Amino acid sequence: MATKVVMEALSPTMEEGRLVEWKKKEGDAVQTGDVLAEVETDKAVMELVARAAGTLLKQTVAAGATVPVAETVAWIGNAGEAVPGGDSAPAASPAPAPAAPSSSHPAAPAPTAAAAAVPSRTAPPAPAPAPTASTAPTAPTTGGRVKASPLAKRIAADRGLDLNGVAGSGPEGRIVKRDVENAVPKAAAQSVTGSGFSDIDLSPMRKTIAKRLAQSIGPIPTYYLTAEVDMERAHEAREALLALDSTGKFSFNDLLIRAAATALHLHPWVNAWWMDDKVRQWHEVHIGVAVAVEEGLITPVVRHADQKTLRAIAGEVRELAGRAREKKLKPEEYTGATFSISNLGMFGIDEFTAVINPPEAAILAVGRIEPKPVVMDGAVVVRRRMRMTLSCDHRVIDGATGAAFLKTLVGMLENPLALVW
Amino acid sequence: MATLTYRDALNAALREEMQRDDSVFLMGEEVAEYDGAYKVSRGLLREFGPRRVVDTPIAELGFTGIGVGAAMVGLRPIVEVMTFNFALLAIDQIVNAAAKIRYMSGGQIGCPMVVRGPGGAALQLGAQHSQAFESWYAHIPGLKVVMPATPADAKGLLKSAIRDDNPVIFIEGEMLYNQKGDVPDEEYLIPLGKADIKRPGKDVTIICHSKTVAPALNAAKTLSDEGIDAEVIDLRTITPLDQDAILASVAKTNRVVVAEEGWGFAGVGAQVVDVIQREAFDQLDAPVIRVHQADVPMPYNKHLEKAAKADATRIAAAVHQVCYRN
Repeated sequence: MATKVVMEALSPTMEEGRLVEWKKKEGDAVQTGDVLAEVETDKAVMELVARAAGTLLKQTVAAGATVPVAETVAWIGNAGEAVPGGDSAPAASPAPAPAAPSSSHPAAPAPTAAAAAVPSRTAPPAPAPAPTASTAPTAPTTGGRVKASPLAKRIAADRGLDLNGVAGSGPEGRIVKRDVENAVPKAAAQSVTGSGFSDIDLSPMRKTIAKRLAQSIGPIPTYYLTAEVDMERAHEAREALLALDSTGKFSFNDLLIRAAATALHLHPWVNAWWMDDKVRQWHEVHIGVAVAVEEGLITPVVRHADQKTLRAIAGEVRELAGRAREKKLKPEEYTGATFSISNLGMFGIDEFTAVINPPEAAILAVGRIEPKPVVMDGAVVVRRRMRMTLSCDHRVIDGATGAAFLKTLVGMLENPLALVW
Repeated sequence: MATLTYRDALNAALREEMQRDDSVFLMGEEVAEYDGAYKVSRGLLREFGPRRVVDTPIAELGFTGIGVGAAMVGLRPIVEVMTFNFALLAIDQIVNAAAKIRYMSGGQIGCPMVVRGPGGAALQLGAQHSQAFESWYAHIPGLKVVMPATPADAKGLLKSAIRDDNPVIFIEGEMLYNQKGDVPDEEYLIPLGKADIKRPGKDVTIICHSKTVAPALNAAKTLSDEGIDAEVIDLRTITPLDQDAILASVAKTNRVVVAEEGWGFAGVGAQVVDVIQREAFDQLDAPVIRVHQADVPMPYNKHLEKAAKADATRIAAAVHQVCYRN
């Protein structure tokens, strides 16, 4: 009789796993212990190993599908053997109980500004669970149990549909066939690329991060990163450019927009939207510039700021800000930003935190440029300094990611040549 | 195609098999001179004589035992019991002898007999005369249990039962004897162990047998007015149970009601549910619900008797429940 292969709980908190890649094809011979597939848990990408020897008869879920723990993903048996009913459960095929990893890994990596410039999006793999003598079947954890009929669960698994997002119409909210059939079948963890952006399905890890952090702070779990920039060279660059073109007018803010746009290109996770069920990563950079108007605040958007010259940006911002104060902006001119900048330097503010404008994942708060005594090459010198604070939506941007972006931005402002390179 | 009553269809099956095979004979209380308590054996004594249509005294254990012995030596006895309530007196012969001979003789001695007669409730016959015992017999390895619901099935199944080399418990319905239905003119056999789709449908499966087939079909009709398309599966044979037909229907509808005349505990429906949950767990969209007789001795009182039995209303209510309507 064929033995089923189930999605195992590869970590103590795992409720579902995304089958990233099949390592064995249907028809392949497998030995006990062979790696059948790679599974992304809420923590790491881990290996799903065969608990039986034979032939991989059938894969019941496609690569990319997210499958609840204990759900069947494949069948192993003798070559040519029919898979029981395609889906029926043989009486005795208990899945091995999950072994607790030797150390616990916090679900959300703590924000650390000191992390490497290019953070890895994958946490270090947890130790592979050792098979235990216990034969208790893996059961979904009661806390996260989704109440669904066996049929609904199977259909959802076949379609890679996450039952967590499906409303049940059966008794006490039980999810039944009609509910999963009516649910929009989510393409199995595929990224949808639209015009100018990619929608990235939430990985189990990102889902967990989002859930935990939103519970902790919510609704937008914001954290703040502050850096101080040496603006001497930016100042020199601005002076030089103004000298070249006396008719032109441009501010440090314009320089900042240009620098941020360039840096965002290098850090797509910061140039992103939180879309509740996915992260929209923009390929285009549209920067909202907060402008104070009489009755409040509006953020006109400089579109494709990464592709525009400083001069074009300067002209556009002034024009937009002018019309903003006259309340003459069209809706498309103040919506659709992928990132925002708020500058209160002109009001003599040294440093502040700006509030994220959803669905954007971050906003940069810029203080004034002030000459300050700083230590350079062992001597105290006076330099023009500016403090910037990046507010980040932790559901999208992890600490190290935000810090890396900020580091790039600081580097560009301290070396404005980067903006023409 | 002729229209026959259930009783005449059974009579035709007996006649045809007795004409075909000289080793077939009928015995029981009042089967000969009186033409049978329910007239199933009408005219057979005249046609086949007292050697092959034998009146017996009121002694179920005795004449059932004679049937077992006759079968062991190569005859094909048909033992009519006036009702299966009385066959309790013969249960030792049926369970300890008929069912076991082939096994205990290492296959050397068979027992090709049919024990037939009405089972279940009729109308106000009281607790001792209104019992559906099919699950008792189905429980015993070695016995086949057949329960036709229509005249055509009655004829085709009885002919197969008579030709079967094993003991067959053939339970008829007292309330069905007067039911009319189309019966093919040409000779035909209905194999034992094959269920029948009495009404195809796609939303829910009602699994039933014998006297619950008619109320199930009535319920299906009512339900179709509400937009629920019910499939009605008549098991026809309790053992062997047609698991393939059950599972195919469950795969189609994903929702099941099992209706039967007997008591619920360890009833036929319990066995059907076991098959479904084991073999078709992932096909189920709702728990399977059973409709059966109230777990009390059958009341004599007309209204209480009606209230105790599985009927179309209760079957329809169960369908609502498994379809999550109401």
